[in-house]
Amino acid sequence: MSETISIINPKLEIARSPHVHSKWSTKQAMWLVIIALIPTIISSLLFFGISQFSIIATSVCFAMLTEAIIKNVRKQPISIDDGSVIITGILLALILPPNFSLVSTAIGAVVAVGIGKEVFGGLGFNIFNPALVGRAFLQAAFPVSITTWTEPSFTDAVSSATPLSLMKFDNKFESINNLLVGNVGGSLGETSAIAILIGAIFLLATGVINYRVPLAMILSAVIFGGIFWLIDPLHFPNPLFHLLAGGFLLGAIFMATDWVTSPLYSKGMWIYGIAISILVILIRLFGGLPEGVMYSILLLNGFVPLINKYTKPQIFGEGK
Amino acid sequence: MPKIFNNLLSFKGGVHPKEYKYLTSSLPFERIPTPSKIILPLSQNIGAPSTPIVNKKDEVFAGQLIATQNGPISAPIYSPVSGNVLSIGIEDTVSSFAKESITIKSNENSEMELFPKLDLINISDKEICKRVQMAGIVGLGGAAFPTYFKLTPPKDKIIDYVILNGCECEPYLTRDYRLMIERPKDLIAGLKLIMKALNLEKGAIGIEDNKQDAIDILQNLVKDDNSIKIFSLKTKYPQGAEKMLIKAILNREVPPGKLPFDVGVAIQNIGTAIAIYEAVYLGMPLISASLTVSGLGIKTPKNLIVPIGTPLIDILEYCGGIKEDAKRVVVGGPMMGITQHNLNAPIMKATSGILVLTEKEINQFDETNCLRCGKCIEVCPVNLTPTKLARFSQLGRISEAEENGILNCMECGTCAYVCPANIPLVQWIAFGKKKLSLAKKAV
Repeated sequence: MSETISIINPKLEIARSPHVHSKWSTKQAMWLVIIALIPTIISSLLFFGISQFSIIATSVCFAMLTEAIIKNVRKQPISIDDGSVIITGILLALILPPNFSLVSTAIGAVVAVGIGKEVFGGLGFNIFNPALVGRAFLQAAFPVSITTWTEPSFTDAVSSATPLSLMKFDNKFESINNLLVGNVGGSLGETSAIAILIGAIFLLATGVINYRVPLAMILSAVIFGGIFWLIDPLHFPNPLFHLLAGGFLLGAIFMATDWVTSPLYSKGMWIYGIAISILVILIRLFGGLPEGVMYSILLLNGFVPLINKYTKPQIFGEGK
Repeated sequence: MPKIFNNLLSFKGGVHPKEYKYLTSSLPFERIPTPSKIILPLSQNIGAPSTPIVNKKDEVFAGQLIATQNGPISAPIYSPVSGNVLSIGIEDTVSSFAKESITIKSNENSEMELFPKLDLINISDKEICKRVQMAGIVGLGGAAFPTYFKLTPPKDKIIDYVILNGCECEPYLTRDYRLMIERPKDLIAGLKLIMKALNLEKGAIGIEDNKQDAIDILQNLVKDDNSIKIFSLKTKYPQGAEKMLIKAILNREVPPGKLPFDVGVAIQNIGTAIAIYEAVYLGMPLISASLTVSGLGIKTPKNLIVPIGTPLIDILEYCGGIKEDAKRVVVGGPMMGITQHNLNAPIMKATSGILVLTEKEINQFDETNCLRCGKCIEVCPVNLTPTKLARFSQLGRISEAEENGILNCMECGTCAYVCPANIPLVQWIAFGKKKLSLAKKAV
């Protein structure tokens, strides 16, 4: 028999059950999202030049700085290492046009974190997706430069149009192959469907995001976009175009699935995803703007509390 | 995963914690030597504490009645050892409350008095219930509800099914598993007694599919018996919760605030069925507990048969003692068990396991804000919104917590297990429930 164990052992903790915890932590999930963004970051550098890294770096640095300053002023612990502010910075950069002004990028990052997140109380309390708030601010503040697109190339920047503006203003449809690979005009991270899908598979496999919102968005876009296409295939693009063009996939995988700003319940997730896609298609086909993913997600973010209220599941055993 | 891929019997939600059952699953039960001191809390079951009928310094023998049943929901207590009553007073127990207890100093005498033999062929339902009541048997799954009371349901409840709960969904624990593979015949005999006591034609045993050999052994034993069915259930915590078990096997949902009786089902634990067998066939009162001692913090994990009232310290020392990096001593399973600070506290009738956990298994990290990720909702087996309930409790908004079903929470810990923000959801919800019940009492 071993030496006697002391009966009252001060090293033993007293704690409430459960006494085990899954591998999940906020920090870990956030870093998984960052990993999932790597293919998209690479695609943006590949198509628009290594110099675009300065936009991403600026955005991330100013996002982190803003959070650190605000946390410091509010005398709260600095939580940069939880990774969420890094995601905001990366996502904001990925939805900006190539060669966007670094000063404007910095302003966008400050607004995204300051107004999009910290005024609500920080991580977990914001209503709107912070990166999209930053982007919406930039869209209002710098409407010209934010819609100046550069053709993907390794050499000089050549002005070009995005597949969506080609569709809208010139009634021309970009080839699906180009859209898949990402060899088209557009925001830094939205052009390569393949890069985004690699990240999507990773996030779904690790369980960070739920399949419901992306699936609802995709199905809804295919059905709703498909209806218009069937009505007039010459005037309206086919559903696959809707999925691959613009920021649809980036939004469906990385923005609409944001834990904080998306619905809590599975039924709500379906409603949210379907509604976003309907809005996207309406804006794209009939609105004044060529692209509508940002506004659609932001608008639906605002409806999330209402969606949650009306989609609460029945408690177990309360009638069938 | 969408439902279509899941053809195993199960329920919605739930989690898959690391099982660690391998630590003890292959180890047969060992009997520990009689401890020098036994502490028997008078309250070892739900309901009223028993009334002591011995005095300080009295001599008692093994199997002697030392405290009687007190009221309809209560159970008698027998001395598991021979010896002298050392004291009757307040002692720490494993339930995290100090309770009035009888302490007995044991001697070497190993003689034991048994109940008179019963006529096992013509035994009636009343006789079985009487014997179960006499033996002081309580539900050994953890709740410790007096078993005879469950065998005599109110007249207006029509029961058509008895289910033995062989899920053992808590990680680490292998007691029920060992009982199923070491004593399958006794188990079936116990189940038949329960069926007879309730006058039922249909009995079932629900077992998680991580215990395939137990399923096979029992299946083989009842293959010519149409009254008993063995169900293989998907391994998922908390499959062994009564409501989840009934849902998986019979697809019946117990409404909030109701009992299995209300949907025509009686549930008994594997250990309870064995205890019933021992009381009726062997004339044994409930004086020992089978339990698993496990965790990465104990030197030699074991499955043990221990006299009820044995202090934790004796059991831990028998298992080689606790390791340097032990962080928590838990009585029960890791999902719902209670941490211990006083290792002199005795195990009780319904103790199913003692775990010594290390930092590595506990996997604690700092709490962050709720991120509304919805994982707690996704896993909650009774479809609650744990994050909201916790928030309401925290803010003292008790009536809102009630409207959102806080009383349906069975505190299984599934939500807190997955919460990436590591919010102590169960603690807040339990706090809210307590506040609510106090508020209701005040009205």
